[in-house]
Amino acid sequence: MATIQTPNGFNLDTSGQRVVVDPVTRIEGHMRCEVNVDEENVIRNAVSTGTMWRGLEVILKGRDPRDAWAFTQRICGVCTGTHALTSVRAVEDALNIDIPENANSIRNIMQLSLQVHDHLVHFYHLHALDWVNPVNALKADPKATSELQQTVSPHHPKSSPGYFRDVQNRLKKFVESGQLGPFKNGYWTNPAYLLPPEADLMAVTHYLEALDFQKEIMTTRTIFGGKDTHPNWLVGGVPCAINMDGDLAAGAPINMDRLNYVSGVIDRSLEFVKNVYIPDLLAIAQFYKGWLYGGGLSGKSVLAYGDIPDKANDYSAANLMMPRGAIIDGNLKEVHEVDLRDPEQIQEYVPHSWYAYPDEKKGLHPWDGITEPNYVLGANAKGTSTNIVELDETAKYSWIKAPRWRGNAMEVGPLARYVVGYAQGHEVITEQINRTLSVLDVPVDALFSTLGRTAARALECEWAAEMQRYFMDKLIANIKAGDSATANVEKFDPETWPTEVKGVGFTEAPRGALAHWIRIKDTKIDNYQCVVPTTWNGSPRDNDGNIGAFEASLMNTKVERPEEPVEILRTLHSFDPCLACSTHVMGPDGEELAEIKVR
Amino acid sequence: MTETFYDVMRRQGITRRSFLKFCSLTAAALGLGPAFAPKIAEAMETKPRIPVLWLHGLECTCCSESFIRSAHPLAKDVILSMISLDYDDTIMAAAGHQAEAIIDETIQKYDGNYILACEGNPPLNQEGMSCIIAGKPYLEQLKKAAEHCKAIISWGSCASWGCVQAARPNPTQATPIHKVPGLAPKPIIKVPGCPPIAEVMTAVITYILTFERFPELDRQGRPKMFYSQRIHDKCYRRPHFDAGQFVESFDDEGARKGYCLYKVGCKGPTTYNACSTVRWNGGLSFPIQSGHPCFGCSEDGFWDKGSFYDRLTKIHGFGIEENADRIGGTAAVVVGAAAAAHAAASAVKRARHKADDSQKGGDN
Repeated sequence: MATIQTPNGFNLDTSGQRVVVDPVTRIEGHMRCEVNVDEENVIRNAVSTGTMWRGLEVILKGRDPRDAWAFTQRICGVCTGTHALTSVRAVEDALNIDIPENANSIRNIMQLSLQVHDHLVHFYHLHALDWVNPVNALKADPKATSELQQTVSPHHPKSSPGYFRDVQNRLKKFVESGQLGPFKNGYWTNPAYLLPPEADLMAVTHYLEALDFQKEIMTTRTIFGGKDTHPNWLVGGVPCAINMDGDLAAGAPINMDRLNYVSGVIDRSLEFVKNVYIPDLLAIAQFYKGWLYGGGLSGKSVLAYGDIPDKANDYSAANLMMPRGAIIDGNLKEVHEVDLRDPEQIQEYVPHSWYAYPDEKKGLHPWDGITEPNYVLGANAKGTSTNIVELDETAKYSWIKAPRWRGNAMEVGPLARYVVGYAQGHEVITEQINRTLSVLDVPVDALFSTLGRTAARALECEWAAEMQRYFMDKLIANIKAGDSATANVEKFDPETWPTEVKGVGFTEAPRGALAHWIRIKDTKIDNYQCVVPTTWNGSPRDNDGNIGAFEASLMNTKVERPEEPVEILRTLHSFDPCLACSTHVMGPDGEELAEIKVR
Repeated sequence: MTETFYDVMRRQGITRRSFLKFCSLTAAALGLGPAFAPKIAEAMETKPRIPVLWLHGLECTCCSESFIRSAHPLAKDVILSMISLDYDDTIMAAAGHQAEAIIDETIQKYDGNYILACEGNPPLNQEGMSCIIAGKPYLEQLKKAAEHCKAIISWGSCASWGCVQAARPNPTQATPIHKVPGLAPKPIIKVPGCPPIAEVMTAVITYILTFERFPELDRQGRPKMFYSQRIHDKCYRRPHFDAGQFVESFDDEGARKGYCLYKVGCKGPTTYNACSTVRWNGGLSFPIQSGHPCFGCSEDGFWDKGSFYDRLTKIHGFGIEENADRIGGTAAVVVGAAAAAHAAASAVKRARHKADDSQKGGDN
């Protein structure tokens, strides 16, 4: 078969061996990936498929808009809270509700704690095993590991040779028990692993340290939201009332004791990120900086909505502390403004998705989104409808729709945000990127890679950890100035609402740009649409044949052993895919959705 | 033969003293008292690590996220020392066919002797293909793993009841584990909640390992030790309920004093869970303590019982079936005064509960 060039610049060739990875593990939700490799084991065609669908937006129809945050929060328990925040913002936008300053600060701390937690857990527990070989760590010299640790992170207290020897012994006995648990059937003899044993041991040790520590990061959300996973939110503000010195303050949601607790967590989180995560990232990157595959769309088309409003109720780009903008065709000199209300900018397409449109040549803006499931396999698919051997990507092949920004497939996420911020001269982002490039001694182009994506996530984690402190200080200063308000309930009663309104809310989820579009009619949800980060990144092809960010990132990667998908996992994981997020859409009338067609 | 839990702990450099401390903490977490610590220690010293297949259907992974937040025991120790977590697609190193091979290997090696932990549930619509694993319906993977397991843990409200994807109109026909057609009849323990409390999850595992049986279950299949009481029964704000002191609207004076959240929709009086006793994230807080009404996330069908901010009108089990205002009625006059001071809020409330008001009597 001849090579096909996609409009977004990739040459697809399906003639080589087809390799299927299903399930793709260490992600949220369910995903499949198929690639064709040539004789040199270089990927020449990539197909990514969302393999789950839950229909949450169908379920939302007719519900109380004030409850929507709880439903949409259950889109994802990994990026827990970001959908809830997006949802309350959408409802507040529709109803023109302003929230108090304290609520803005508390929401920001909660959202930032998610960035810190999610990025850290992603790096160590979902992504590390793509770079780190725990079996190789058994060969490490604990003394040399200790020296390495003290070199890369002099301030981290756990660095003695005895400490690393204990961990190594624990690991050794675990491996020797024959019950390898989560490490079973890993690819531990694959030459794609490049770390020396000491770096492996250091990283495995921090895998365990991070697993212990991560549970503390999110406790800020337990204080403000009552529980984690899935803390509580409120249209109009936050539910946690503040009582610093009044009667019964001890039983109040927020008092001095509670603020002190949060403050301590913020300090310890920042310390862990600075002393463990960042040094590990740099240490690992030193050994992999020659492996710069996986850039995909990151050097071409990236999109960010922005987030973390400094002052409450101002969602203009100037007031957002995370950058907003779109870059297309790799032109970093021009950052385009993004308008989520403009029907011409964001549109979703379905020609390669398991949904039907009346006219599939056209895209639809989310406020007008319609979706009808239509699970059909293409004529060239191998297998049956319930036993797929190979998909046919010339037809429908994914539960994910294809969103486009002015017709362009876009990458979203930490790297997209950092590229936009870098292009705009965002002070902190520019400093962080330049510092990292300089430490690793690599050119700026190295940013556009799998490693760049992984590095951007770590840098953003560091930024978010710092910003938690900023908003904590702001919260305390505001309370000190006499403002204890946490909720605006003027329009909490649905009887105060107009008959018909629509709104949009957005956040930067850990995985990228996230927005919810809502229509409210007669106090109930009339239409609810979410376009989530993994819908962007995991998007299938569109009408013009543009491939999505996952697919683009796999192109032209050399794999050591096609039967062992280390490199495929490494690059897909660098996006931190969240499939439960990406695959839930609206049936127009909540009708019975059980039609199956196979041809 | 696989080594015992205690062997593993010892060989990993954990001292006997720490081990015994762990056992007494576990006993405390299970509500068993110090006398049970030696029994737990004995069990841990003599039992091999039990293989666990942790499957994911339609879900949001909040149960796994909750699980890793366990303070006692630490998730790390559960995974490395207590169970052998041989399949869990959220954290396992292997992918694709190397991952799927593990299920067959486990069935072959431990037929009838592994635990199947279910997070999420299978859809029956779309030929089961709205949840695909290895090119096939998740339903097939689930049935195969269930056929050969010793017992099933239904984690969270998805596996226990159906949860959010099964809320009306349940477009995928997402089905809780115990209702899956054709599933092998195995003992099932439900640990509901969205998600369940981390320490409840690890306590259930520890209990099963220690006593080699399920804890005592209620009629619905939930462990009695954590699900036999309503949140309301042990709520620290209960005295305010009894005194008729209520939050009338968010961020009002009552909210700042930690008054009862019943009037802004709290479902604590009808929700069976351990939130007000065990609390969350190492006992740090729970939704009511942080100012939001409980919305009953561990109850069957909680998504379809009206708005979370609608007030419960009937509360069962206080000796008589009664309206909460009347139960807290000794202080109804106080409530009336508070309501007068918050006229706007009361108007909101009246508008929302016109029907309810007629039966309420003299609270405002």
